[in-house]
Parts: sequence; C-alpha cells; structure tokens
Amino acid sequence: MSAQEKDATFNNAELKKNRSVIDRRNTIHALAFLAPALIIITVFIFYPAIKTFINSLTDSTINMAGPFVGFKNYQELFTSADFWTDVRNTVFYAVLYAPLVTIFALCLALLLNRKNIHGVGFFRTVMFLPYIISMTVAAIAWSFLLNPAVGIIPYWANRLFGIKNLDLLGTSSTAMITIVLITVWKNFGYFMVIFLAGLQGIDQSLYEAASLDGANAWQKFWHITLPGLRPTFNYIIIFGLIGSFQVFDQVFILTSGGPDRQTETLVYRIYTEAFGNGRISYASAISYVLLIMTLILGLIQLITDQRREKSELGR
Amino acid sequence: MESEKDVIDRRRIHRRRIWGNILTYLILVIVTLLILFPLFIVIITSFTPERLTEQWPPKIIPQRFTIANYVSLFQRLPVMREIGNAALFAIAVTIFSVFFDACAAYALSHIDFRGRGFLLGLMIATMMIPAMALLIPVYRLLASIGLVNSYWGIIIPRMADVGGIFLMRQFFVSLPRELDEAARIDGCGEFRIFWSIILPNSKSVLLVITMFNLLGNWNDLLWPLIMTSTPEERTITVGLAMLTGHGSSVTPYGVVMAGALISALPLTIVFFFVQKSFVQGIAMTGMKG
Repeated sequence: MSAQEKDATFNNAELKKNRSVIDRRNTIHALAFLAPALIIITVFIFYPAIKTFINSLTDSTINMAGPFVGFKNYQELFTSADFWTDVRNTVFYAVLYAPLVTIFALCLALLLNRKNIHGVGFFRTVMFLPYIISMTVAAIAWSFLLNPAVGIIPYWANRLFGIKNLDLLGTSSTAMITIVLITVWKNFGYFMVIFLAGLQGIDQSLYEAASLDGANAWQKFWHITLPGLRPTFNYIIIFGLIGSFQVFDQVFILTSGGPDRQTETLVYRIYTEAFGNGRISYASAISYVLLIMTLILGLIQLITDQRREKSELGR
Repeated sequence: MESEKDVIDRRRIHRRRIWGNILTYLILVIVTLLILFPLFIVIITSFTPERLTEQWPPKIIPQRFTIANYVSLFQRLPVMREIGNAALFAIAVTIFSVFFDACAAYALSHIDFRGRGFLLGLMIATMMIPAMALLIPVYRLLASIGLVNSYWGIIIPRMADVGGIFLMRQFFVSLPRELDEAARIDGCGEFRIFWSIILPNSKSVLLVITMFNLLGNWNDLLWPLIMTSTPEERTITVGLAMLTGHGSSVTPYGVVMAGALISALPLTIVFFFVQKSFVQGIAMTGMKG
C-alpha cells in the first residue's frame, strides 16, 4: 500500500466516523425538536386510535369496561337499518358538498380574477367573512331565516311563489340539501382564496400564446386554466370530502339528526350513542367504520395522484 | 391606417368586455348580498324586541329597537365567564401548538436524520383519522386523571396539531439550507438557527397557523361540549349552542342572536386587523401540499 492509498483509506474511515457522529447528533437534535409534538400525537392520536378498536371488540358502557365479544358490535351494526341510513346520509352529504363548494368557489375565483375588476380586495374579504364565524353562529342565523313560523324565507316563498308552509329543515327530502347549502355558504370563501392563488400561479404567457393562435375564451379555460388548477382541485376535493365525513355542528344545532333520521350523519350518531346512550363499544365500532371510509378516500387520492404523475412523466 | 373592419371589430370586443364586466359586477354584488344578509339579520334581530321577532309576517327592519335581549342574555348565561374561558382555551392552545408545531416542522425539514420520511408519512396518515373516532378514549383517559372539566384537560390534547406541522414543514422546506449552514459555521446551535433564522423568515405561515388555531378552537363545538358539563366551564360557542335548545322550536331568537353577535365579535375584529396578510398567507401556504 502506498502512502497515498493509506492516506485515502484513513480519510475514508475518518469521514465515515465523522458522518456517524453527525448522524447521531442530528438524530438527537431532531428528537429534541420533535418530542413535544410526538408525545401529544402518541397519547392523543395513536393510543386512542388503537384503544377505540379494542373498545369496539368489547361490550363496554361509559361507566364500565365490559368483556371481549369479538366482532359482535360490527355484526349488529351491519344488520341495522339505521346504520345504513347514517352511512347513506354521510356519503350523500359528501358527494353533494364537495363538488358544490368547489364549483361555487371556482366560479367566483374566476370572476374575481378577471382583468379590470375593481374592489377585488373588498369582495374577497366579504366572501371570506362566513369562514371566520363559527358554524354555530351560521346555523343559528339560517335557522331563523328558514324557521317556518317566523322566518323571512318561508314568508317570501309564499308571497312570491305561493309555496305554503315552506319548512326546508323540517322536511325529509330537503333537510340534508339545506344543511349542505348552508355549509357551502359558510366555507366557499376559503376555497375561493385558494383557487385565486392557483389562478395567479398560472403562467400568463400561455394565454398570450393561445390568443395568437386564435383560441377562444372557452378553449383557453379548458386547455390552460383547468390543467393549471389541477393541484388546487386535488387539494380542495380531498379536503372537502374528508371534512364532509366529520359533519357535526350543523346537524347538532339545526336538526338533531331529524326529521326521521334524514340528517343523521355517522359522527352525529357516534356522539349520541357514546355520550347520550353511553354505548361506548357500539359507538367505537361506528367510529372504526368511519375511519376506514376516510382512509379509503385518502388511498384513492394517493393512487390517482401517483398514476397522474406517472402518466405525466411518460408523456 | 386602420380599416373600417378593424374599428368595428375593436368596438365589438370593447362592447363585449363592458357587458362582461357589468355581468361580473352583478353576480359579485348578488353573492355579496347573499353573504351579508344573514349576518345583517343576526345584528338586527339581536336589537329587536323578543315579541317582534315572533310576529308574522316577519319584518326585516323592526318598528323599534331594544337592548333587552342583551340584558336577558347576561342574566341567562355567565357570558363574560364563557368568553374568558373561550379566550383562555383558544389563546393557550394557539401559543403551545404554534410553537410545538414549528419545532416539529423544523426537525422534519432542516435536520437530516434516519426515519424522517417515515415519520412524516405517519403524521400525514393521522390527518385522515376523524377526530370523533378518538374522542371516547381521550375523554376516558382525561377523566381517569381528573382533567375533565378543567382548563388543562381541554388544552393539553390540542397542544400539537399535525395539520399545522405539515403546513409549516411545507413552508420551511422552501427556505434555503445555505442560511442554516452559514449560521452553523458561525457557531450557532440548532435552536438558535430555528429561533433567529427560520422563524423570522416564516411570518406569513406563522400568522396563518395562529389564525387557524384561534378560529378552530374559539369556534369549536364538539370538543369543549364533551369536555365541560356546567355553564361556568363552557366556552361561549358551547353556551350559545345550548341556548338554542338545538333543534327544538322554542328558540328565543332575540337573545340567541345577541349571544351569536357577542361570540363572533372578538375574532371578527382580529380578522379585520390582519385580513390582508392572513388571506394572502393562505394563498401562499395553503396550497403547497
């Protein structure tokens, strides 16, 4: 071995040693920074996530831990008509809410993004306002406007269209749709702001090039704007859907799940079973169904994302 | 020289643009009215005598105004106490959570260590877990150590938030590592780098996360509803929800609207102070995911 080679091996060993020292130091630093958050997440997310599953396999009440009963709670759940009503309501809400809030937010973002529009800041602030107030306040305001005995909306529905005793929240066929629309009213401003950011991120020279090629407004929208907004869409649809699976406040204030269970969502049902009836195990089983429904959504999102990335790379 | 056809074309385009603008303004004004009308009704009704809120046909502007609803509200609810509870809860959670989230986000973006990708993936996965699915064990855990109906009981579980960590990490990643390296050569420790280089350069994302924490906790219903049992311990949002008799038809609307207005006022004022940077901050940070 020449002196030079010796030197090189020595340096390599030294480097390796240094690197492992740096590695260890980094790990210690990282753990110190992560510790508070990790402790909270472990105690209040990981532990309860496992505990809920264990609870769902027992026969426990709010006061007493019960014996292990296997999948009996799930069996009871899947053969109960009320449970399927709750699932249907939750899915119905989600598939109505997510597209509606997306389309509404996108349309308004497109309008505010037009050239020569004054007062963009004002309109943006106003439309964001319902997002600042609580769902409780929003629900109270709308419940007054829609109240069949004293509300302005039923009154005008009668005056203008001759609809008597309009009770949107008290009628099975319209209650859930009304809750969805109230939620769209409250939340679209947030999504609109995100769409506006997405629109401003699109390269303006693309539009100029398209104009030179003689593209009309619709073609520009279809071939430049929409593809440019794709990541925004991804984000909004998935958060809209996942958020929809957690609907509680509106139902609690406006309908308590009625009329005739037509607005009872899974989360509202978990609440009444656990904290109303004290049926911890049954509520835990419903929680796990909800959790799995959400995870499936997340997985679909992940897969479509990856497939899209792949197809874009292949192009 | 312009030909006659060019002039006509230009005029036509010009006219179309004007009509487009008029239509745009019309829609924007209608939506603005739709947004403001229910909020306006809350304010008006809170000053309307109870008897007049129950009349038919309903009137948008009542014949006379009163502050009786506010007097009645303060008799029915320990309003100041509940606002104090909500403020303490929201502010304490925000301070802890913004700091701990930022710490975690710093480790996940500016320190290289084995298992970083795995840890990040695990955290993102927990964002999919519905809060309701965790509530029962959390409630029982806190009950077993006597923290139900206490300030710490509602604050501690919220002291870190995966969504906040993720949002901040996305922002921190965009800050160049050269900054840290330069500071490290100057002999700065990790905490100094985090505190005096990363945080001062992240004001927009910090504002967004702070506002989201304040809003999310002040406005939250389910969590403080479950964790408190007497009016003195409730937050204003829960107190307000209880006042409606949720879903029953005997709601005293005048009083409820007074409560709604009082509960919405503090954060609306905060929002107006920060609205420009807040909304721009959401646009900047909300979408990097």
